[in-house]
Amino acid sequence: MKRNSIIRIVIIASYVIFLAVSWTSGFNPGKEISHNFADFSVEMLKILPGAFILIGLFEVWVKRETVERHLGERAGIRGYIWAVLLAGTTVGGLYVAFPVAYSLHSKGAKLSVIFTYIGASAICRIPMTIFEASFMGIKFTAVRLLVSLPLVIVASILLGAYLTKRNYKIMAGK
Amino acid sequence: MYYYLYIVAGLALAISVISSRDKTLKALKIAARRFVTILPAFLIMLILVSVVLFLVSDEVIANYLGSNNKFFAVLFASFFGSITLMPGFIAFPLSGILLKKGVLYMVLSAFTTTLMMVGVLTYPVEKEYFGVKVTIIRNVISFFIALAVAVMTGIFFGEIF
Repeated sequence: MKRNSIIRIVIIASYVIFLAVSWTSGFNPGKEISHNFADFSVEMLKILPGAFILIGLFEVWVKRETVERHLGERAGIRGYIWAVLLAGTTVGGLYVAFPVAYSLHSKGAKLSVIFTYIGASAICRIPMTIFEASFMGIKFTAVRLLVSLPLVIVASILLGAYLTKRNYKIMAGK
Repeated sequence: MYYYLYIVAGLALAISVISSRDKTLKALKIAARRFVTILPAFLIMLILVSVVLFLVSDEVIANYLGSNNKFFAVLFASFFGSITLMPGFIAFPLSGILLKKGVLYMVLSAFTTTLMMVGVLTYPVEKEYFGVKVTIIRNVISFFIALAVAVMTGIFFGEIF
């Protein structure tokens, strides 16, 4: 067994024991932590099945050439525009963007485009942005988007170039 | 907020089934396999989230973000934003309340932007896909982008000069 999975099993086991002891002995912090766990699990389970079904369909139906043409090495600026638009419609947050980005890359999207996608799905998901503007004001949201988005794209291009030079390969089989 | 995800996924699935049952079955198998593969990492992430959110409560965040020293308030905000994880429908109402209490725009900007971009708690998931090195680089870059956003917010709202 790999070291990584042993660490995981230890963490999960001690967590379960901690919660079980907390509930039997009426330890309130433990109860509160288990509520947090339940709340967030429900939140994620609402999103992840839908996201993974779309990833599965994408893997089966979308041709590699199509991804390469629009998001690959020769896509140019169009690749970044697609990445931002796709990010705008992403739900959830980073944890949904990672598997999607992984899938895009395995079909030929270049590194700078998937990093743009990840960054953009953190900052410009449309429902979240509307929600933000309604609480914080349009000016706040506008400043945030106009400053962060160009920086995300520039940083992604630099990171992509650096990793390509280093011959970076994303892990296979996830 | 998530309904449209399932409308899109449902429609796509329906079109897929009509076009080819075999391919649809294959797609669902891929979906299930990928989901199961990443599930342990998600479980670790959820454990971390549940513990950190207990330690860093809304009151703690409100307390530090309202610090009188602007510089420290921004630093605390970006620290808490980085180490916690909250959905937007919790984070923005909280920020709205803090804004009414007099917390600066740039502090809230540092908080919400790091919250969205920097994922210390999503590290277990991110590293499974992109490796430890890239995960760390991406998060460090994101942290500095968030600080830049906070500074620009401070300038535009007249909170720095």
